[in-house]
Amino acid sequence: MIIAERKPVNEIVEMVRDAKRVLVLGCRGCVSVCSAGGEREVELLSSLIRLGKQKQGQKAEVIGATLVRQCDKEYVDEIDQWQGQYDAIVSMACGVGVNFIANLRPNDQVYPAVNTTSFGGSTEQGVWSEQCAGCGDCVLHLTGGLCPVARCAKSLMNGPCGGSVEGRCEIHQEVPCIWQFIHERLNRFERREDLERVAPIRDWRSAGHGGPRKTVRPDLTL
Amino acid sequence: MAFTPNIQVFCCHYTSQQALAEGREGLTADGFPPNANINRLVCGGKLKVSDLLAAFEQGADGVCVVGCRPDECHNLMGSQRAARRVLAVKKALEELEVEPERVAMFHLERGFHPEFVRVTQEMNEKVQQLGPSPFKGEQG
Ligand code: SF4
Ligand code: SF4
Repeated sequence: MIIAERKPVNEIVEMVRDAKRVLVLGCRGCVSVCSAGGEREVELLSSLIRLGKQKQGQKAEVIGATLVRQCDKEYVDEIDQWQGQYDAIVSMACGVGVNFIANLRPNDQVYPAVNTTSFGGSTEQGVWSEQCAGCGDCVLHLTGGLCPVARCAKSLMNGPCGGSVEGRCEIHQEVPCIWQFIHERLNRFERREDLERVAPIRDWRSAGHGGPRKTVRPDLTL
Repeated sequence: MAFTPNIQVFCCHYTSQQALAEGREGLTADGFPPNANINRLVCGGKLKVSDLLAAFEQGADGVCVVGCRPDECHNLMGSQRAARRVLAVKKALEELEVEPERVAMFHLERGFHPEFVRVTQEMNEKVQQLGPSPFKGEQG
């Protein structure tokens, strides 16, 4: 899922310095699962914005609400029920949610409350780690299911850089060298030939270097 | 100029047993600060970060949470959970550039009274030194 984390409160308070009425808008999707922007976090941030404003001697009305998703037009439409009750929306969804509101509500000011950091999974309670970079051309069938694009600091495609020490990445010592893991796994499956295959020069257009990506499913469109 | 802080004490049912049995007068006679208000919870684990923040929004100058010793919590983890939430509030106060000492967690023996009174006095004195909550804005 998409992982995000809340921006520092003072930054958010500064974004809405001119707003007297703020709508803090959570999302029940990914950001709710990674405890960055769900209902509970909306309650907290609402309180923190009020306190931040109070500290500056201002009073602010803060409404908190949470949509099922902010990355779906039909759910974004639900914002209309608070029409006229806010001067600014602080979205606690990932960047997609903020963009969707900006796309669909030309006259609303919308600000991001979180930093959208990665696609990851929860490895233990309270810890999330990046697993996929959404490159659009998956190579996991060649790498034993472990992603060299997202999990190698240099996104190498043809094996380790040679800098790892005792299985740890030379860039971040706390991270395992994913290429070492890939080797161990492929050896275990006796798939050495996959390791010897030279990966062709990669076409990164699918990874976003070719402009915004779009997915169309004709079988689903109306 | 004397400043009488608004102190909000959150404590679990087990920690506050004796305090509640004594009633306000008995408590005051024992030295419990008259400006401190007890908010009783079924368990420290029930405490939410937003409850503590709401106390500041409603004018508290200091907030303290009193619960069982970490390894003696009646409900096993409640008091450790409360301590985590106090840490989260400290962090939030720091982010807002407000003294994190305005919120504190105390782990005490269950139902024992003098220590309970002592920590609230301690909190009261600390907050007196800190002065009024910056959240009260310009009006002080
Ligand atoms: S190769 Fe690309 S699509 Fe596959 S896991 Fe890695 S980043 Fe994600
Ligand atoms: S040490 Fe391993 S994970 Fe780190 S950059 Fe080199 S190959 Fe990639």
